[in-house]
Amino acid sequence: MEAGIHELTAGYALDALDAEERQAYEEHLAGCDRCRDDLASFWEVTASLALAVAGPEPGGELRDRILAAARAEPQNVVPFVRRPAFTPVRIASAVAAIAAVAAIALGAWAVSLHGRLGDANDRVAAERSSLSIVSDPAAHTVSLAKGHGQLVVAPDGRAVMVVDDLATAPSGKTYEVWVIKGTTPTRAGLFHGGTHSVVPVEGTVGKDAVVAVTLERAGGVDAPTSAPLVASQPV
Amino acid sequence: MRNQLAHLSEEALVALVARGDQSALAALYDRVGRTAFGLALRVLRDDRLAEDAVQEAFLTVWRTAAAFSAERAKATTWILTLVHRRAVDLVRREQRRRAEPLDDSGGAEDAASPSAEDDAWLQFERERVQNALRQLPDTQREAIELAYYGGFTQSELAERLGEPLGTIKSRMFAGLARLRELLDDSTTEGSWKPEFTN
Repeated sequence: MEAGIHELTAGYALDALDAEERQAYEEHLAGCDRCRDDLASFWEVTASLALAVAGPEPGGELRDRILAAARAEPQNVVPFVRRPAFTPVRIASAVAAIAAVAAIALGAWAVSLHGRLGDANDRVAAERSSLSIVSDPAAHTVSLAKGHGQLVVAPDGRAVMVVDDLATAPSGKTYEVWVIKGTTPTRAGLFHGGTHSVVPVEGTVGKDAVVAVTLERAGGVDAPTSAPLVASQPV
Repeated sequence: MRNQLAHLSEEALVALVARGDQSALAALYDRVGRTAFGLALRVLRDDRLAEDAVQEAFLTVWRTAAAFSAERAKATTWILTLVHRRAVDLVRREQRRRAEPLDDSGGAEDAASPSAEDDAWLQFERERVQNALRQLPDTQREAIELAYYGGFTQSELAERLGEPLGTIKSRMFAGLARLRELLDDSTTEGSWKPEFTN
């Protein structure tokens, strides 16, 4: 009956199977590459059928309802590695973070002649890179010592910073990202801000490094000139 | 220019949702919500039920985004698939499916007329799919439209159309396979990259 159940791929993609057939098909699907490939392409077709429907806008309160329901339901299935809280290491890290932020605030930067910034990132490449980092189950999330958001660091040191509530940079200015190892800041990219920014961190972020953001003149500078607006805990 | 999420693909947004990012969920809703609601309304024919279907689908996105694999499917496809599944389950539970005549009103074209703010891409895509549907043999189009937009199961359709169940199954498979070809042929770009209203 292989051919018969294979044919159910269409009915499954259209949600036209009754409950028993749906279950039987799903059991079959788990072990059938051919059906999985067909199903993936049939789902593209049914998504097109969805787009073919012209309908009215949903009421504005639907968006609020969905977001409120999401807020009320903290995710509990996120399989990312979390560090245990309040180990001695963590306390030491927190102290180091505060020290690092204080050092930045005092302008105690070692001047770095490195970190020359290339041309603006190709957006697609940058995004692909960001996507691979934030979706990497082995990546870990580092909270921020200053500012709102989080830093996501892949095992190979590539990182993405997600920053909330950073106003769009004023004209003639830009936000500049820094990776700080010890007291040495290295340039790690520019961005314009906005209510929610997803910023790929250029280069890699090593253990105990801090990622920080300052407001600088357009085009960026080689060493930070102002106090950080955002700074991560040490990685 | 609301924020930097506007630059991200739907797949990247889902990855952020998997990290508990609520603004990414909001951004996904802003891009796909209208299409999702239109689809649910087409199946359910009731505003409140359609909203329920969309809400439940987006909460499923919220809960299970970590399991989504961008290699296997596009994010919009995944979301619309969740919405459709939910809408069909609801319509079957509510027994709301109307006994409509078997003519063109089973299709997408009798839905509300496009509004002015529909972007050009969506209108283009809609016409492309409707053209492809029109090129299907009548019996195949009928089976697909009644199943997808009407929420009928294959068994229900066999009974309704007075055909053997095996015929309906073959018809649906042949119809979807043909539609896949027609849509592939008419794709002007290599990739399917919707820019929903935002």
